[in-house]
Amino acid sequence: MTRDAVLQDLKGKFREDILDFSDKSPKRVYIEIKPEVLVPAATYIFKDLGARFHIASGLDARTHLEILYHFSIETMNLLISLRVKLDKKNPKVDSLANVIKGANWIEREIHELLGIDFPGHPDLHRLLLAREWPEGVYPLRADYKEWDKKAIRDRGV
Amino acid sequence: MSVTLKALLKSPWVFHLSTGSCNNCDIEILDCLTPRFDIERFGMKLAGSIRHADVLLVTGSCNRKSMVRVKNIYEEQVPKPCVVVAVGECSMSRGMFVHSYNCPMPLDKYIPVDVYIPGCPPKPEAIIAGVVKLITKLKGTL
Amino acid sequence: MQKSVISIGPFHPLQEEPEHFSLTVEGETVVDVDVEIGYNHRGIEKLSERRNFEQSTFVIERICGICSTSHPFAYTRAVEDIIPVVVPERAQYIRTIIAEGERIHSHLLWYGLAGHFLGYNTVYMWMWRLREEILDVMEILSGNRNSYAMFKPGGVRRDINADDIPLALKKIDSIIPTLDRLKKAILDDPVLHARLKGIGILSKEEAINYCALGPTSRASGVDRDVRKNAPYGAYDKVDWDMIVTDSGDVWGKAVVRLLEIYESIKIMKSCLQQIPSGEIDLKLKSIPPGEGIGAAEAPRGETFHYVRSDGTNRPVRHKVRAPTFMNLPTCKATVPGSSISDAAIILASIDPCYCCTERMAVCTPEGDRICTGKDLIMMSREKTAKIKREMGIP
Repeated sequence: MTRDAVLQDLKGKFREDILDFSDKSPKRVYIEIKPEVLVPAATYIFKDLGARFHIASGLDARTHLEILYHFSIETMNLLISLRVKLDKKNPKVDSLANVIKGANWIEREIHELLGIDFPGHPDLHRLLLAREWPEGVYPLRADYKEWDKKAIRDRGV
Repeated sequence: MSVTLKALLKSPWVFHLSTGSCNNCDIEILDCLTPRFDIERFGMKLAGSIRHADVLLVTGSCNRKSMVRVKNIYEEQVPKPCVVVAVGECSMSRGMFVHSYNCPMPLDKYIPVDVYIPGCPPKPEAIIAGVVKLITKLKGTL
Repeated sequence: MQKSVISIGPFHPLQEEPEHFSLTVEGETVVDVDVEIGYNHRGIEKLSERRNFEQSTFVIERICGICSTSHPFAYTRAVEDIIPVVVPERAQYIRTIIAEGERIHSHLLWYGLAGHFLGYNTVYMWMWRLREEILDVMEILSGNRNSYAMFKPGGVRRDINADDIPLALKKIDSIIPTLDRLKKAILDDPVLHARLKGIGILSKEEAINYCALGPTSRASGVDRDVRKNAPYGAYDKVDWDMIVTDSGDVWGKAVVRLLEIYESIKIMKSCLQQIPSGEIDLKLKSIPPGEGIGAAEAPRGETFHYVRSDGTNRPVRHKVRAPTFMNLPTCKATVPGSSISDAAIILASIDPCYCCTERMAVCTPEGDRICTGKDLIMMSREKTAKIKREMGIP
């Protein structure tokens, strides 16, 4: 399949669920999809198109939360990023960990650093933060404030 | 204490502890043991267990998870007298990680430090010079 | 049969970095492994948002000391991808030279540590002594042994002097005879064949499912290498081969790393000999709003950076993903089923770099501790000694 054939195929399969299709350059494509269709779309790209899963990057875009899932089809040097936008009050999206084993740890990390829930994940406990870190405090959110009264933030010179 | 310390200064055993570092300092410490710099000719060896350590070389920017363990190790497991050496910018003052949410305090607020070796990372020559200064300082207090 | 739990770490004399492995064993066989990380997490992704694009490069460099070129390489490519723009050719060559020098010294470092784990302390000392020659070359070219500070968005910060190149080439050539002797000693040693072949096998399907990277996947027959799949720098202008084997075991990983050292020497010498003249820096003034992705091949696999900008001089979001993040979970597929004396070398064969994994900075069931991590290394060495005795080698 050529690059254009792959993109046409994706557009055809998920026609109603694609909210934005940005063909930025020969090697980069950003597709925004509805959160409900993430697992079928990711499974199709990973299993049927034989792409490799790089990582998922979650971010706080002030008005909403976003996760981008990055895949690349190595034979044609094409990187496809699937974007899902989530509501800040109750952010959740289905877990990919049962389909792609490599997605297990990154979902744990996004859960503890940004507060997004992944229903269906086998084991969503803490990955990086210490035990005494308080629940409900998410460091990567834009409104994170220092909670530790004993922290020293100057070098003392 | 002076008899033990005098004996220790002949052949101090070092133990290396990383509290959340980028590894540069740790590799430079291990480099000191290899044939080019070779601190074994001064009698310094890497101790197999913390209970045999005379000198603690600490690197890293004092991560929350690590410091719980380091306090435990220092208070309970290390036999006194023990000398603590802070190697690298990160253990001196956390360096560029001073505003990080996971590194609240520098090393000398947790455990007492005797020698500071600056650098990012300090070259093996600097580490050897630092340990020699430490031994001279201790001999001076005997 | 009764199960017991052995904990290794978090402060183990041989591992430079703290992490906690917990092995559940039944008799002599490991049935489960779990790893707790988080001892190295420094919150670098959040720190990146306080600094402007050029200052971030220095923080990024200190994510990891051994892969300290691959992170700035991927980051600067990500920032250049936002615009998008291509850096001048001389800068591409300089970036490639520094990246390959780092790959050589990182693989030699791994060999030293692997030798130490197996009881071959002579290999450890020889490899690290050889490594000093490469660190001298890096000091001649860039001014520092470890954190080179050569990268910036738009090109490189400093140039390489033409007068230094003959000395650098001479030093690189000087390691080849010793490397050949060590290669023969390692590849022809029957004790190492018996010790390392067939243990810790990662099958091709598991490597694809866990999205493994670098030598960990190339030893299982998966031909993934960013330098060939999505060429960048000067990698498509010089002649070199990707090394792939298909045994999937610890032996395969060792062979891949050894042969990659030779390929890196080839690339570094070609680049030093063919480097074109010209500009080294595009002098970027500002970064427009947008998002960019950059990847580079570190010694352990692919490093991936994603940067989003909103037109100001600071990134809004900077995501860092190191190769060990994808490689560490593969221990769940390789360690169970092996014996305790092999656990240490299997865990070391993925060449874990925890500071990269947690950049931005495994399980404690409080079970019976029958032996410590130090005992595991002793068991590993005892197995090597036993094999030597059986073969009649002194």
